[in-house]
Amino acid sequence: MSGGVDSSVAAARLVEAGHEVIGLSMQLYDQREGNAAAFGRCCSLDDLHDARRVAAALGIPHYVLNLERPFQETVVANFAREYAAGRTPIPCSHCNSELKFATLVNRAAGFDAGTVATGHYARIRVDEGGRRHLHRGLDADKDQSYFLFALTQEQLSRAAFPVGDWTKAEVRAYARARSLPVADKPDSQEICFVPDGDYARVVESKLGAAPPGGAITDTSGRVLGRHDGIHRFTVGQRKGLRLSSTEPLYVLAIQPETATLVVGSRSDLERMDCEVRQVNWIAGTPPDGSITAAVQIRHRHPPGAATITPIGHDRVRVVFDAPQIAVTPGQAAVFYDGDEVLGGGWID
Amino acid sequence: MRIYFDHNATTPLHPAALEATTRALRETFGNASSVHTFGQQAKAVLDEARARVAALIGAEPAEVVFTAGGTEADNFAIRGAAEALESRGRRHVVTSQIEHEAILNTCRALERRGWRVTWVPPTQAGVVEPDAVAAALDDETAIVSIMHANNETGVVQPIAAIAEAAHRVGALMHTDAVQSAGKIPVDVRELGVDLLSVSAHKIGGPKGAGALWIRRGVRIAPILTGGRHERNRRAGTENVPAIAGFGVAAEIARTGLPEHAVQVSALRDRLERGVLAAVSGAHVNGEGAPRVPNTSNISFDRVEAESLLIGLDLEGIAVSTGSACSSGTLEPSHVLRAMRLPQGRTQSAIRFSLGTTNTEAEVDRLLAVLPRLVEKLRSLTRVPAAR
Repeated sequence: MSGGVDSSVAAARLVEAGHEVIGLSMQLYDQREGNAAAFGRCCSLDDLHDARRVAAALGIPHYVLNLERPFQETVVANFAREYAAGRTPIPCSHCNSELKFATLVNRAAGFDAGTVATGHYARIRVDEGGRRHLHRGLDADKDQSYFLFALTQEQLSRAAFPVGDWTKAEVRAYARARSLPVADKPDSQEICFVPDGDYARVVESKLGAAPPGGAITDTSGRVLGRHDGIHRFTVGQRKGLRLSSTEPLYVLAIQPETATLVVGSRSDLERMDCEVRQVNWIAGTPPDGSITAAVQIRHRHPPGAATITPIGHDRVRVVFDAPQIAVTPGQAAVFYDGDEVLGGGWID
Repeated sequence: MRIYFDHNATTPLHPAALEATTRALRETFGNASSVHTFGQQAKAVLDEARARVAALIGAEPAEVVFTAGGTEADNFAIRGAAEALESRGRRHVVTSQIEHEAILNTCRALERRGWRVTWVPPTQAGVVEPDAVAAALDDETAIVSIMHANNETGVVQPIAAIAEAAHRVGALMHTDAVQSAGKIPVDVRELGVDLLSVSAHKIGGPKGAGALWIRRGVRIAPILTGGRHERNRRAGTENVPAIAGFGVAAEIARTGLPEHAVQVSALRDRLERGVLAAVSGAHVNGEGAPRVPNTSNISFDRVEAESLLIGLDLEGIAVSTGSACSSGTLEPSHVLRAMRLPQGRTQSAIRFSLGTTNTEAEVDRLLAVLPRLVEKLRSLTRVPAAR
């Protein structure tokens, strides 16, 4: 229970359905007085307070778990490492697969809770053989299945998404009808531990030093300028390059070994293919050969039709039917068949 | 039926204290400073309570100043003494690493104002040794503040010997007796201190009342200024109903003490022996040191204290661990860390603190639940994550 309307309604629906429900909130970073600037909307003290009020309104016990250490060691450390390696990470995916549906599920098992339910907009379907299938949330605008591709069959068997078959409007209406104290609370937007959007500062503080600056070159290697650190850039970015040029220039590639940014025109951003590592297949096993699927390469990206070919035990090659803009290393490539998630991995 | 083993956090209100408080709320609404009969009635309630609280700690009533609680009493002692002594060139405080936050954070506030603070570490058993305190003293030391009994381990500190050392260098001696009053005999003359804090809600009284005892002749500055309440030492209209309940609770604590101590220590020993017999890898923190009779702090190898606390609460048994921080999550206790216990011990420590209303059946219920809960938490394997 993050204190937001989605997880609050998820809890309320479970209570209403007659389940025995325990409210858990995760404290993920130090929130003592004096650290007020260090945290933002999601999981802040006010949010924990909201979660507590909702739990009290539902008449369920509520506890705040201190998961600062595992959060730092898995999610934040990985976030900094990825930026330092010239990639653009998605901490929410790691938080889901390594914290919420790992550490938290494990803690919940200690309280005899077999399932961890969250406010994610996604749906789980169980087929006749008992296998779990992951689908997009019913509300296309709020769908969060992209962030859940890394869940295993075992994790899915212990997960529930009670608002996945509702639209956001339905969720809010339900909360209002039951006078839940968070019914009209605004949605959280930013990454919870980077409330001010200053990724670079978080990366620098986690690494203990600012990654070095380096050269900005064109595709032929000609130096056009300098930058203050590759962790400040992502593929497809225009802002912050401080180059004068007749046409707009975009980051095409980040080369961490030499701290070089390669820039070029928008058409240079187009890619027909990419390789994807650490692939998780929701079914538990990879397909026998090549398959065709719709591949989504970032949150809110309209998936592009592609052919996916396994090239090693957890690696695939994705070839798109039409060129894609800004295929960004570190982001997830998630494979869909209609609204069903087949699997996904990290763009290399 | 819920079981409450967290009496060091707060105690249930004693029925007689409840009666005194509600009677005062109903009948004695006067302002104790008023000249008329309503005021005199309120003043009489305060005087009676003052005599009772004084009797609990072997003091004269006139030496007792009512406050809003233990935290205010601690603030009053430290800040008030600091303000009174600063001009005499004394700008040094000696305290310990195991004090309650009310003392720790007040001393940190002095530190920010340029005071020197010496934080004396305890032994591994949780005792602040008089020699260690004496070694920290010098002729600039204004105040020594060492708690009488520790809230987490229950370890009783050698206050009389520490007070002697403090007085040798001309410093004032304060002790926070919030966790000892009502549990063991507390006598301000035997302890030899100058200032002593107590709280109502730890001894069966209501929240919102406490007291600072100030030895006759000791002058400290008020920290709340305003009207001439409490003989000019603490401004603000007295909380007569809470103080009335405090007085009754103090009276019951004093008269019942020998019997209560025997009863509660028998329960505590039953709990402690039972846990150690039924659970492998359990260790009593502060063992070997003198302890108040109601407290047992036990670490369970390979168990996250947070999970054990929640698991017990879901079974209807209330215990505590470490110090709760602002969000309500738990951090390894600063007390156990100061005792230099290994991380495995500090992160797995549960505090059981008993009271006179607990029963053998309740202890036995804990002993029936705890071993399998510990075993379950130890047996949980990590759910494998994809990557």
